[in-house]
Amino acid sequence: MSATFGVIVFPGSNCDHDAYHAMAHVMNAETKFLWHKDTDLSDIDFLLIPGGFSYGDYLRSGAIARFSPIMQSVIEFAEKGGPVLGICNGFQILLEAGLLPGAMLHNKDLRFVCKQTHLRCETSDTLFTRNIEEGRVLQIPVAHGEGNYFTDDDQLKKLQDNDQIVFRYCDSQGNVTDEANFNGSVDNIAGICNTQRNILGMMPHPERAVEQLIGSDDGKHIFESVLNELAVA
Amino acid sequence: MYKATVNVTLRKSILDPQGKAAQNALKNLGLNEVNQVRIGKLIELDIDADNKEEAHKVAETACSKLLANEVMEDFEIEIHEN
Repeated sequence: MSATFGVIVFPGSNCDHDAYHAMAHVMNAETKFLWHKDTDLSDIDFLLIPGGFSYGDYLRSGAIARFSPIMQSVIEFAEKGGPVLGICNGFQILLEAGLLPGAMLHNKDLRFVCKQTHLRCETSDTLFTRNIEEGRVLQIPVAHGEGNYFTDDDQLKKLQDNDQIVFRYCDSQGNVTDEANFNGSVDNIAGICNTQRNILGMMPHPERAVEQLIGSDDGKHIFESVLNELAVA
Repeated sequence: MYKATVNVTLRKSILDPQGKAAQNALKNLGLNEVNQVRIGKLIELDIDADNKEEAHKVAETACSKLLANEVMEDFEIEIHEN
């Protein structure tokens, strides 16, 4: 029995086909698109909320998408322990839906940043990073204007104490520096998980880093981790 | 009918880079008297309600559930009779 991946499509999603390509053609996983009006997730084993500009980013990034019919099903799926990965706008939607703590501010210099970044894997204790040793540096691109992760000091301490920070922006050697923190995120945060560790939100795009031809295939480690985990389950 | 005017601003503790950029531009204009600029959103709601308090309650629900993200934003509501 093979696991089925669902890629949610909102009006304005634009990384849905990249995600589909990565999962279906590179990772050879059974993958299907889910329209934001769908509510039946009974044959889905893994949910991916892709990047883009759902609902034109009106009001705030992810704020309107959170009220799409599918989101109630996503919340139920996640609460039952179903794995959910939100990338970029998908991360913003998870924050707005309250599935992950915190919020996104505009990048500190107000610019939309599209470039390769380095991420340090801070924990192998998630189903998304089981195959990636702690401290390993991944090269994965970003493309966002609002990726300046913010949370107050109390919540940040909880994230640190509970080992919920999964990825931090770093230099190519794995040093977590201010220079590497191009968008101004608190504590260089690039990705976090929930306390149950089945939901991961990250700003960088692993689905755009699955082939050496386009610069890096480090993103595959994340998808391999997930596929291994689902195969064992 | 009531009109609610909602002001949504970044929480005071959060640096507002847009405001900062605008303040720098004002400095270039010679307006050195301006010490701080904070940029937010103004949202107007027309609300059917029996009284002012009820209209305020509706606006407050709208703000806390959608219009503002209280992790990073504060909101102020003013209710006017239409």
